Amino acid sequence: MRKLTTATAVAFGILAMGAGAVSAEKLTIGLASEPTSLDPHFHNLGPNNAMSVHIFDRLIAQDEKQRLSPGLAVSWEPIDDLTWEFKLREGVKFHDGSDFNADDVVCTMARAPDVPNSPSGYGTYLKGKEVIKIDDYTVHFKTAAPYPLMGNDISTIPVISEQGCTSTTEEFNAGTAAIGTGPFKFQSYTPGESIVLTRNDDYWGEKAIWSEVEFRPITSGPSRVASLLAGDVDMISGVPTTDITTLKGNDAIQLSQGVSNRVIYLHMDQFRENSPFVKANGGGDIKNPLMDVRVRKAISMAISRDAIVDRVMEGVALPAGQLLPEGFFGVSDKLDVVAYDPDGAKALLAEAGYPDGFELTIHGPNDRYINDAKIAEAVAQMLTRVGIKTAVETMPRSVYFGRASKGSPDGLPEFSFILVGWGAGSGEASSPLKSLIHTYDKDAGFGSSNRGRHADAETDALIEEALRTVDDAKRQDLLAQATERAIENVAIIPTHFQVNTWAAKKGLSYVARTDEYTLATGVVKE
Amino acid sequence: MTVFIIRRLLQALLVVFMMSVIVFFGVNIVGDPVYMLVSPDADQADIEAAISRLGLDRPIWEQYGLFLKGAAQGDLGNSFIFGEPALKLILHHMPATMELAFSALFLAIVIGIPLGLYAGLYPDGRLSKGIMAASIFGFSLPTFWVGLMLIMLFAVELQWVPATGRGDLGSFLGIQSSLFTLDGLSHIFLPALNLALLKISLAIRLTRAGVREAMGLDYVKYARAKGLSTRRIIFVHVMKNILIPVVTVMGLEFGSLIGFSVVTETIFAWPGMGKLLIDAILQLDRPVVVAYLMIIVLFFVLINLIVDILYSILDPRVRLQDQGA
Repeated sequence: MRKLTTATAVAFGILAMGAGAVSAEKLTIGLASEPTSLDPHFHNLGPNNAMSVHIFDRLIAQDEKQRLSPGLAVSWEPIDDLTWEFKLREGVKFHDGSDFNADDVVCTMARAPDVPNSPSGYGTYLKGKEVIKIDDYTVHFKTAAPYPLMGNDISTIPVISEQGCTSTTEEFNAGTAAIGTGPFKFQSYTPGESIVLTRNDDYWGEKAIWSEVEFRPITSGPSRVASLLAGDVDMISGVPTTDITTLKGNDAIQLSQGVSNRVIYLHMDQFRENSPFVKANGGGDIKNPLMDVRVRKAISMAISRDAIVDRVMEGVALPAGQLLPEGFFGVSDKLDVVAYDPDGAKALLAEAGYPDGFELTIHGPNDRYINDAKIAEAVAQMLTRVGIKTAVETMPRSVYFGRASKGSPDGLPEFSFILVGWGAGSGEASSPLKSLIHTYDKDAGFGSSNRGRHADAETDALIEEALRTVDDAKRQDLLAQATERAIENVAIIPTHFQVNTWAAKKGLSYVARTDEYTLATGVVKE
Repeated sequence: MTVFIIRRLLQALLVVFMMSVIVFFGVNIVGDPVYMLVSPDADQADIEAAISRLGLDRPIWEQYGLFLKGAAQGDLGNSFIFGEPALKLILHHMPATMELAFSALFLAIVIGIPLGLYAGLYPDGRLSKGIMAASIFGFSLPTFWVGLMLIMLFAVELQWVPATGRGDLGSFLGIQSSLFTLDGLSHIFLPALNLALLKISLAIRLTRAGVREAMGLDYVKYARAKGLSTRRIIFVHVMKNILIPVVTVMGLEFGSLIGFSVVTETIFAWPGMGKLLIDAILQLDRPVVVAYLMIIVLFFVLINLIVDILYSILDPRVRLQDQGA
């Protein structure tokens, strides 16, 4: 059903583009979250990246399923173990009329990791890479070790012009430096109020169907829906799940939905003998049962993913059995969603030595993921039913993530059992494997979000080998194997994949994206 | 009077300083802003770099010392999220909040006082009872609910005005405001009304109470006996007396209109300071929260001062003097 909507949307989109490519039409979009800057290298944050896609092309583009496709580079391939060669597109012009060439790429890659006052930059993706200009339309990226994810990493970096490289963030926000090669040009930016872009009629790729696009941040969910109903905006992102049923019944509104790259999962303390939020029945101390794989398995079996999807998420989610939904690079075709089996869970708990269960507290954020607090409550109820008496504690994300990562007195994760989500920004399985599953290793930069401190040498070896393997087919296999092993060991318990919903007035639909971006180029007329 | 004002300003400085201590330490023990800022893809080294860049690896008293040093030079720190000076961000969002607060105050006065006057003069009338009943609703209904209902009614059902946003700006005497364009006025109507509802109710009740009390007093009877017209008695003599409490309360309420229009600004996506504050709180943008609260304290102190001065103009018995000296 969902796929059908997307497919028809794409089909209609192609028809619409064929019919009238250049027309003077304005589109207004109500955004759930606002970019913090128009400087494309200032803040590595979803809303910022989505906005910058309009103005700035990448060397490699990510399509709506985050598959890589040629952007400002027409080809990229490894020419030896340590060198990737990028051939650049010729004849591309920046919005100010200057030509795009290798100099722009070199200076972009120098500026992206190094913007003053940047809260979180792009250095993560450029670490250990040296950029060398070979000729005007060829650049080499050199690494110290074989590096297969070059394409994914480079697809995150917006390319600016050489002139922009010396500009400040203020100049980008003022528009004077916001000069890219993208399908839209900067028109105006008033923080908190609106961002207006106009079509780049000289765009090298497929030209946009909208002559002008206005983005308006409307952070309150009900107000966003009301603005759409009132006709203030043509489309909104982040439709609250509680409004979806009502909007479905409204003939003037068209919904577009698509699964995201974000998995919601449970992480369990697997490194402390005495875990602070696990207690014996009655509140006494107990040796941490979560270290026993049978207990973790029992917890997974005790959770009805279907109930979470149907009841808590009101159908707007997909049950999860691994780290990414099917269709992504590196997922395993052998893994199914763990079946709901409360009796089996009880039997496993008894086998592990906990016939009467134990006491547990689940911690989660209450303002980060769709219905996050409600999911934590549902999980707690399901676990209580099989004998693990579970209390719920949720808190704002500003407090939660700090405590979940290093809140204990010795700087370790504070909680025992937590609800978290992970969006694979690179669009393939090494992203969650590297950060969530791999053993915590500060020096190598692995396991930075492994808040359960799961550790398994064999899984680590598979992940590390995958990260060295440039051959796509082999890497796919290795990533799938690593995923299978992690799920077999119940390193984490995936519950569901978030599905995102956009709503537009009748006659418009949105090509839903797995990266949750809201792009004007994805809004098509039917 | 000058001594009085100087003394009050010095007191204000002390209050602002004490506030900075409370707010700075209060805000800094809650949560961890680093995890709100860094991309999830960041590894441990990136996170540590972010912590030290923000200065969060220093002891808190050292952070406070640096903050005070900057504050003395007019620098309240850089926003973690926008990378710009917090003060600049707040000042940038201030005009939108000001025009909203002024519009709400205006509505409160032009709607609240006449209705209160009427209800006070004819306390037993059916209309008066209706006004008083409605004012109870104004007090007790939560702002966010009323705001959404206003949007549903006027924007979605009737489609008279837009639901959210600020609209076009016009320029008048060098001031940029949405009050000077038709589009801007249509945008500000709902949020201003929503923000004003509570204040309207307050104005009605204060005025009514004042009028009822004053109408029985000797000076009114004397004015009547003197043969003054009812209109003159009410609008010159009674009004002058009842306005004193109304001005005091409305003045103080104006401070809260500016400082705490958070809910209304969020619902109507109004790009003012309140929206900036709530976003800063949610994302733990500490410098913005601290700077905002310090500015609001300053506002309250100044408004109090202005109210005191107005007081002395309205009521000649009040003298502004430094009683301690």
